[in-house]
Amino acid sequence: MAKRVGTEVSLAVADTVKLVNADVISAYPITPQTHIVEHLAELVANGELDANFIPVESEHSAMSACLGSSAVGARTFTATAGQGLELMHEVLYVASSMRLPIIMTVANRALSAPLSVWGDHSDVMAVRDTGWIQIFVENGQEAVDNLLCAFRIGEDPRVLLPVMVHLDGFYLTHVIEPIFMPEQSEVENFVPPNQYPLPLDPNNPVSMGCFAPPVIYAETKWAQEVNLRASKDVILECWNEFGDQFQRHYSPVESYHSEDARVLLLTMGSFSETASLAIDNMRNAGKNVGLLKLRLWRPFPFDEIRQAARNADVLIVLDRAMSPGGPGGPVCSEIKAALYQEEKRPKVVSFIGGLGGRDITIEGFEEIINKGIEISEKGSNQEYEIFGVRE
Amino acid sequence: MTKPENELTWKDLEIGCIVTEPGNAGQYRTGDWRSQKPVHNFDRCIKCGLCQIFCPEGCIEQNTEGYFEANLFYCKGCGICARECWTKVITMVDEEE
Ligand code: SF4
Ligand code: SF4
Repeated sequence: MAKRVGTEVSLAVADTVKLVNADVISAYPITPQTHIVEHLAELVANGELDANFIPVESEHSAMSACLGSSAVGARTFTATAGQGLELMHEVLYVASSMRLPIIMTVANRALSAPLSVWGDHSDVMAVRDTGWIQIFVENGQEAVDNLLCAFRIGEDPRVLLPVMVHLDGFYLTHVIEPIFMPEQSEVENFVPPNQYPLPLDPNNPVSMGCFAPPVIYAETKWAQEVNLRASKDVILECWNEFGDQFQRHYSPVESYHSEDARVLLLTMGSFSETASLAIDNMRNAGKNVGLLKLRLWRPFPFDEIRQAARNADVLIVLDRAMSPGGPGGPVCSEIKAALYQEEKRPKVVSFIGGLGGRDITIEGFEEIINKGIEISEKGSNQEYEIFGVRE
Repeated sequence: MTKPENELTWKDLEIGCIVTEPGNAGQYRTGDWRSQKPVHNFDRCIKCGLCQIFCPEGCIEQNTEGYFEANLFYCKGCGICARECWTKVITMVDEEE
């Protein structure tokens, strides 16, 4: 039986990488991800984890080293945050296009300038189109569980794609939580060995990442897209089997009191926990509100969003990133796009909040929901509203 | 490759577009990028091999008589060999339309 231990979430993430017995970790420390790789370096140095830890001079090199190690079929992990994720940017596309199952925890952090080490989702949104599978988690337990799932999903021969697990910086990385850490045998049972089908091998030479002239490039991109979309079935299968084995259940869009709700709030990441307390308060006061939590960001869960939003009158989306000069929060834009062709759809209201680590309290979420209802009734002359900005 | 490149569909590609046939870049004709070609007057050639060393395409081969000759399947017509050859064996000549 798994033991429930009190641990900092970052340490639990590192311990999970030890449980799956990663072969190679290459990383560069950056706040608020540092504790993850620091602890991994410690585990390797103490001989508790038999892996190669490759310290590098930048995140660009970290991801490049991960490409090489994943290409020989080694189980590969890295972690980063904010500016570090941006410095990796071009190499992220190479990982997904070459179909290398690199697994990465991202401790979500705001982007400079001004310098901010605190959490928001501007780093996530900037890497939206890099072709990685992307999963949001809400608390430490989910970070551990979904990291296990990430290894199994990414390395599945039907998938072979890199996976990011998004964990809010500080709000999750630096808190101490009671977490069920699985036993080694349970993990071995759940995550089979990595068997990359066409690894770099001197006895069977292959070339990876070659150039593609215009006559073939579109075909390579479509192959990648078909595969990323199809990965959803494997993700669902993995979450189902995880539920059977560990009794904790995950799905692409999770709902809280949403079935009969007239008004829905959609959040992702750690805000979902606080938001659910606001829903409790408002339900107790007789208001017909519910919460949707977006867990799977890529591949985007179109059907699940349509299904979940269908019966509501108003859907309020709270983004933690901006799209400057654009239509509102990036998540909200996609949700609007997903619902646009539907015959029956709620009014969608866009809020942006929690930028650069700004907290939103339970009362704050109640205020967002009430304002959202008001905007849906009276309309608004702006595309979106930044919650709590002082004017 | 079983099919020519312009007939491959996305389903024909290996995962990640990995190339499993070693050395198949040799099938790639770069000679048609050329607008000028090197023409040799081997009477003046001292078989020093300097042109071979300078050719950025690596396409200059020694023939059976020991002369250094460009393989026009790959030669991109850059003219470096003509410039570097000290005995002026090589002249660059415009390709016909
Ligand atoms: S550089 Fe000139 S002389 Fe020397 S081998 Fe080449 S063609 Fe002959
Ligand atoms: S023209 Fe350029 S590519 Fe062609 S043989 Fe001479 S050096 Fe090589």
